[in-house]
Amino acid sequence: MHRGTKIQLKLFANLQAFAPPAADNYTINAGITVGDLLAQLNIPEDKAKIIFIDGVKSELTTILRGGERVGIFPPVGGG
Amino acid sequence: MNAHAIEKIIKSAQPKVFPDKTAYNSISLSQIVQLSKATGVSSRQIEIMALENGVVPERYARNMKSFSPQDQIALLKAQVSIVGLGGLGGTVVEILARIGIGILNVIDGDTFEESNLNRQFLSIPEQMAKSKADAAAQRIKTINSAVEVKVHHRFLDAENGVALLRHSNVCVDCLDNLKTRFILERLCKQIKLPLVSAALAGATAQVTTIFPQDQGLKLIYGAEEKVPPKGAETALGTLPYAVTFLAALECAEVIKVILDKPGLLRNKLLVADLDDAVIDIVTLC
Repeated sequence: MHRGTKIQLKLFANLQAFAPPAADNYTINAGITVGDLLAQLNIPEDKAKIIFIDGVKSELTTILRGGERVGIFPPVGGG
Repeated sequence: MNAHAIEKIIKSAQPKVFPDKTAYNSISLSQIVQLSKATGVSSRQIEIMALENGVVPERYARNMKSFSPQDQIALLKAQVSIVGLGGLGGTVVEILARIGIGILNVIDGDTFEESNLNRQFLSIPEQMAKSKADAAAQRIKTINSAVEVKVHHRFLDAENGVALLRHSNVCVDCLDNLKTRFILERLCKQIKLPLVSAALAGATAQVTTIFPQDQGLKLIYGAEEKVPPKGAETALGTLPYAVTFLAALECAEVIKVILDKPGLLRNKLLVADLDDAVIDIVTLC
């Protein structure tokens, strides 16, 4: 049985459009993966190029326990 | 001839004090220009000789509490390539010319259009359809005539890249698309050139520094084959304060590379969203 827990979620650039209300205090079920989180937020995986947890790049399979700071960053190329 | 120039530099030097009251010997811009004309030695060489002999070119006086004379000499002897002279490149050129990088190698085949005016410091209404590379060269000479400029009115590609970038100490990626960034990275790895790379969309910005042996852009964008030609900027545009902020971060990296200082963003990506003032540093590997 998963318990509800909070993460601090920051979506960058055009991914902001997928941000849930109160993203900086977002409830997830502890034990879900980063991939699960993307699915939950309807973010296509190819738009989420860098996902970082507490300042470290993570994988889609990384498990979230709660309390993390999660950033999701799209590809950007402007200059 | 050099001994003669050095003698004249020392003779021209004036005692001055920094804002913190410490003393230094200064040589003015007009004296440097005059000495260069009289001796046939370039202004850049006069500035280097002055610093080697305990005299500070006044135009760099506010650098000298952060840089040693040897540091400033290293900057004046360095060559930096700037690839892309739009938003990022225009600001990078401005900063590097002012700080006293000795040789700026500017590369862009593009011309100005009106949509550049919101963010590209080199663009002015009178310059529409004119060369960005020419505008960069002109701006550098206006700011700091001691800087040597190498101008290339062409887009960098896999074929011309080595010839364009050779002899540089650092390369600054100021491009506006993802495909050419990968080509530039490959070229820099090939000729063992450190690369400072930045990109943005809207008010969101990223910057990193890639040494030849580092994994580099694939840690940020994934495998090159799957990378789209453009990123989120097609939907969000590019905002001037994000461009200028990011160009400044690129310049800080360039200086640290040249002076071999710690604190580089190697295998790290600084990400920022200026809309909500979030700045983070991501460890990439």
